[in-house]
Amino acid sequence: MSDVTADELMAITASRLLADDKVVFAGVGMPLLAAGLARRTHAPRLTIVLEGGIIGTSLLPGKLPISTNEMRAAYGAQMLTDITDIFLYAQRGYFDYGFLGAAQVDMYGNLNTSVIGSMAHPRVRLPGSGGANDIISLCNEVFIVTQHEPRRFVPRVDFITSPGYLSGGDSRVRAGLVGGSLGAVVTDLALLDFEPSSRRMRLRALQAGVTIAQVRAQTGFDLLIDEEVGELPPPSAEEVAIYRELRDGPERVPAGAA
Amino acid sequence: MADKRMTAAQAAALVRDGDHVAIGGTLYSRTPMALVFALLRSRRRHLTVSRSLACYEIELFLSTGALDRVVTSWVGIGLPWGLPQIFRHYVERGEASYDEWSHLAMGLRYKAGAMGVPFLPTLTMLGSDLAATLDLQTVSCPYTGQRLAAVPALNPDVALIHAHRADMFGNVQVDGYRHMDVDIARAARTVIVSAEQIVSTEQIAARADQTMLPHFTVDAVVEAPHGAYPHECYGLYGPDLAHFDAYVASVRELGPAAGLRYVQQNVDAHADFAAFLAAAGPGRLAALEAEARELLPE
Repeated sequence: MSDVTADELMAITASRLLADDKVVFAGVGMPLLAAGLARRTHAPRLTIVLEGGIIGTSLLPGKLPISTNEMRAAYGAQMLTDITDIFLYAQRGYFDYGFLGAAQVDMYGNLNTSVIGSMAHPRVRLPGSGGANDIISLCNEVFIVTQHEPRRFVPRVDFITSPGYLSGGDSRVRAGLVGGSLGAVVTDLALLDFEPSSRRMRLRALQAGVTIAQVRAQTGFDLLIDEEVGELPPPSAEEVAIYRELRDGPERVPAGAA
Repeated sequence: MADKRMTAAQAAALVRDGDHVAIGGTLYSRTPMALVFALLRSRRRHLTVSRSLACYEIELFLSTGALDRVVTSWVGIGLPWGLPQIFRHYVERGEASYDEWSHLAMGLRYKAGAMGVPFLPTLTMLGSDLAATLDLQTVSCPYTGQRLAAVPALNPDVALIHAHRADMFGNVQVDGYRHMDVDIARAARTVIVSAEQIVSTEQIAARADQTMLPHFTVDAVVEAPHGAYPHECYGLYGPDLAHFDAYVASVRELGPAAGLRYVQQNVDAHADFAAFLAAAGPGRLAALEAEARELLPE
């Protein structure tokens, strides 16, 4: 599949991390597409939860919600509750996975979606946390999905909107974040995780055809490299087709075709 | 029980300069737009506005000089429309402030307010720069010693809520998501509810399990069919995404001046919200209604 876009590659890689019978707290956009793809491939009993108060959405291909609070997000849902209640399920530990993107991520998995520059003198005031801070604080295992480029993979985020492993070691637990953990970082170049004692980001596997040197060049900090760096299987034609149908809707048969 | 019916203009007059106004619904879902328009028209000053997730109504309040402070977790319309440029203009220049809380923290702030307690303990926001910026305090559990964030209660001066049905006394029902509306209303000192339909108390009683707010929590009831347009109202009409496109295109063309222009053209130019709806056209509203019906479970 040579025509696969970076977004498609990341979503497909991320979808493979979601096991059947689990509960995933997804945001709109790529996380939701990845979760929807998992349900249509290897994890048909995966439950998708959305921030607006939706439990068990089944998604209408080509009409995915843009907001987690709109009616489209409820399509086929098993339960509708309110926003605060959804997050309290997360706090109680019911959600196996959380899924986040970010404008900036650092070597400890801290995320910034608040401000480029300083809070006192912002160069760019970004929209803010929304539920990101809660998802990374409260879901059992969190996946970060983002494009691999130096301006995103920075040594220190300008602002910790959503706490990863803070300053590494046991600093996350010492801050009182006793529940969640960061499972993996999925990019268009690689799959990464966090080394268990230092909690620094570590390269685990490469996307097909990508080299370690390429990943290093696109990372703005010193990356740990696992002893054995694997290679991820490329997206299958089936995964790509299902992903695109989910995103764009069923392919229309051209007029006049048999 | 008193008859609390009034017009949107009369209800908006309950808001005073300097008030903290909480807006119900979320982002572009069940936003009390008829009430928001009435408040925009009144040109109040020095308001604080809070919401779970804030949409472009925030930019309209900024553009009319009504707003000093926004308290929320996220500002924008959604990914396809990019960063909120008018909001950026005011906040980056220091002309308005943005207290950024996490989404759960916003919910718990309203809930603490609704419960009548000064704070609620939670496991969210700990360790983040959000907590540091807001000077969020922590508490130790008196039983276990566990460290918890203590999010302070939020008791807005006025809550604006849009609902599907209400009776004249303020018994309020909604279909679908409740967003943070129950806690927002119970936390607020004055509660204004607009409803798609004013129904009899018998009709409320026939579906009492659907009642979201009892009459004694509500101060004003405003009849407002399509009162969330151009935002959606669950089960009744979808969001007018083309309206958002046009707004964002106008901001791109005119810069921050587009906000005031929007208010002049869509709020000031009309006698009331019904006239704004009439200008949108019955065909457009009918199409959005059909869209919502398609999504309802059979």
